[in-house]
Amino acid sequence: MKVRHNKGGGDDKIELQMTPMIDIVFQLLVFFIMTFKIVSQEGDFNIKMPLAAPAAGAPDDLQLPPMKVRLRAGGGGVLAGMSLNDKGVGTMEALRLEIIGVVGDDRGPGSIQETAEVELDCDYGLRYEHVIQAITAVSGYIDDTGNVVKLVEKIKFAPPRQASGE
Amino acid sequence: MRVAKKKSGGILEGDLTPMIDMTFQLIAFFMVLINFSQSEQNEKIQLPDSQLAKPPEGPLEFPITIHLTTEGTAIIGSSEVPIAALSPFLVKEKQVLASQGKGANEATVIVRAHKDAQTGRVQELIQKCQENDFEKFALRAKEDVGNN
Repeated sequence: MKVRHNKGGGDDKIELQMTPMIDIVFQLLVFFIMTFKIVSQEGDFNIKMPLAAPAAGAPDDLQLPPMKVRLRAGGGGVLAGMSLNDKGVGTMEALRLEIIGVVGDDRGPGSIQETAEVELDCDYGLRYEHVIQAITAVSGYIDDTGNVVKLVEKIKFAPPRQASGE
Repeated sequence: MRVAKKKSGGILEGDLTPMIDMTFQLIAFFMVLINFSQSEQNEKIQLPDSQLAKPPEGPLEFPITIHLTTEGTAIIGSSEVPIAALSPFLVKEKQVLASQGKGANEATVIVRAHKDAQTGRVQELIQKCQENDFEKFALRAKEDVGNN
């Protein structure tokens, strides 16, 4: 078998071809820079709404009746008025304070916070962003330490109103 | 004045190591930040903002994403259809779930509605899903980091 001997006593400098690697690396870099897009985080509000009739079955004595949040739409779908259990509330902040007043600070299994339910009754033409604002107001808030304080977790929609009833 | 003479015949070699180091760092940075969840998104949809919209801790088990445009049409997969014509798509999703031994009530319908969409349309969409035995819904919103 022929064995190659190292010529020159080990003084030769081995030179790697860097050009193709740098080419590819820059191609990759350009690809990632071009496709880079800052996307804001998204989150969900979970609602469980089976098709069962709203009044089906006997009501549970321990279960509070759902708090009814009514959202009225004005021209162009803007929020024209809001009420909680037929009591007018001016702002989302006021709605949240009302909910805090009902739910209180009690947390844990069997607490009012766990069993409380909110039913959203919205005009057909209302802009969806106002619904999310209302859901945010009743779901919780961020305290001074940056933690999320949960209020009502059970949220449902009332049967949809007709488009002509705006 | 003494002038240094340029030696002829020598090869000048720049040190490429710092540049390659930096380039690899940049590539690693972009690779980590690249967003692969774009398939769930749609450029037509501008989600409403919410301070409480935090990303879920884990992925949903059986998510079905439906977009709702301002015109009131639903986008499921790559098809844009009126809400009334959504049933065949939902039936197909049900069949896929059934083939995995799951029911429609175990899937979560992610509703990505445009912020200016009519609430009545959103409710119609939910109702259409309910008619097809779906009962878990996730109303998607964009995290509002500006007002915290």
